[in-house]
Amino acid sequence: MTDPLLRVENVSKHFGGLRAVDKASFTAATGCITALIGPNGAGKTTLFATITGFLRPTEGRIVYNGADIVGLPPYRLARLGIARTFQIVQPFANLTVRENITVGSHLTRTSRADALEAAGVVADAIGLRAQLDKPAAALTVAGCKRLELARALAIEPRLLLLDEVLAGLNPSEVRDLVPLIRSIAARGVTIVMIEHIMQAVMSLAERVFVLSEGRIIANGSPQAIAADQRVIEAYLGKGAAARMMAGAAHG
Amino acid sequence: MKGLVPIAAAVALLAAVPLVTQSNVVLNFLVMTFLIALAGQGWNLLGGYGGQYSFGHAAFFGTGAYVTAIAQMHYGINAWVGFFIGVAAGALVGAVIGLLSFRSGLRGSYFALVTLAFAEVLRIIASVAPITGAGVGTLIKLDLRPEAFQFQSRVPFYWIALGLVAVSLIIVRIIEDSRFGAHLVAVRENEDAASALGVNPTMVKLAAMTVSAAITAAAGCFYAQYFLFIDASIAYGPWVSIEALLAPIVGGVGTVFGPLLGALVVRTLGEVTKLMTGDAPGLDLVIYGSVLVVVVAFAPRGIAGVITMLRQGFAARPIPERGHD
Repeated sequence: MTDPLLRVENVSKHFGGLRAVDKASFTAATGCITALIGPNGAGKTTLFATITGFLRPTEGRIVYNGADIVGLPPYRLARLGIARTFQIVQPFANLTVRENITVGSHLTRTSRADALEAAGVVADAIGLRAQLDKPAAALTVAGCKRLELARALAIEPRLLLLDEVLAGLNPSEVRDLVPLIRSIAARGVTIVMIEHIMQAVMSLAERVFVLSEGRIIANGSPQAIAADQRVIEAYLGKGAAARMMAGAAHG
Repeated sequence: MKGLVPIAAAVALLAAVPLVTQSNVVLNFLVMTFLIALAGQGWNLLGGYGGQYSFGHAAFFGTGAYVTAIAQMHYGINAWVGFFIGVAAGALVGAVIGLLSFRSGLRGSYFALVTLAFAEVLRIIASVAPITGAGVGTLIKLDLRPEAFQFQSRVPFYWIALGLVAVSLIIVRIIEDSRFGAHLVAVRENEDAASALGVNPTMVKLAAMTVSAAITAAAGCFYAQYFLFIDASIAYGPWVSIEALLAPIVGGVGTVFGPLLGALVVRTLGEVTKLMTGDAPGLDLVIYGSVLVVVVAFAPRGIAGVITMLRQGFAARPIPERGHD
């Protein structure tokens, strides 16, 4: 087996006395989809922010493609091939969809014409062709999520971190986006996704890590995770797993 | 290159003015308008495209003006060479102020206040330092030869000022259509999102501020050469900073023609109100101020924004679709 593209080793992030992330470790295997799940406030987005350079971890190592990347600013990491989407969408609101994506495609292209053309190609793949000349501010939530994806893909990443890219979408929009994410992975992009929608996690992820109160409490295949007692308790409270079992036995 | 045609047309039109009239009043009015447009174009690059609102562009205007004057009077440097030294000095001041404020992460009103403070510090230094002539100011010796960048008639000055405006329009137009321009606008819209896409916001803002300062400094250099006299309150005075941001805001921030349009409107408004209220001192300023308030309140994207809106209004505009939140 090849080395994982991303290896997070004992990363912590403290805010004063709060341990938002507490010695978390996980790996993202090259070319696979890895999911990071956990209850609200578990530290998932904080962990993403440390991987992408927006926050400096208090301790720990983050090894990407064989090198420790702790301390590098976000734009350097982007140039190394790490792309991310934002949980709270961050479109360049006064720009058109095409201009938004072009900022990303300029990373590898100096010429304006080339970058604009590449943006069109990405938009096609993401299903934004019809919206290309609309201002980003006029997009629906689903449109904004697609735009986040398109911009991130425009930098031609090797590693793509998706922060709840499906949150806030209705079921039919989720059904549209799931195959899209799968097709991105099929093109060889390694994906780490934070997701609450378990259906999507079950169908997409090959490996799931569960973060609770800043710690990784379990990892394994989606099926194993869904049945894991610790995971059920992290979401539903102590003793919940036992009660569920009891309930199942009685029912 | 597309987008250069309207610039060529506007410049050609304005270049023909001296063929119609050589009135000193008209030419003087337009030269001052061009200077404001030039200073404003500098502000527009950083403020309109980069979203960094400076209140202290006088720092660059004044540095350009003083360096041009001092280079000639103290070091005997040719005026044309002095002009370029002045532009370079303005760019350097811009780079230094930019480095200090952007590296410390100053944004929004903090950035505005720091730039204002730098301009005021320079004004105070210029009003006491011996090399700037302290409170007396600096005179450039009269030497009416083209080699000395001085002319008998106002017409050559007019064309040179217009030429500078043309160059600034072309620079901004080229930037608008470049990778740097895309990065600059992205930084204005959202720094975090831009840096996630590989853009180094500090470097982009710093580069923008340097070019911005150079353009505004060119206006200062020309000013010194045109009036042959500057003092601290002219060169570094808050009036410059205000005019430099007012023109693009009225004309349309982040548009190529905004500063020129705005300068024409603001200067015309200023002159008209002055004429109308000849014997009531101060009333012109009241009217001037009120009109500006109205413009900013009802046309926040300036004249260029109104023009775009009207155009879209005529071409049956679909109602924009809104997100749920």
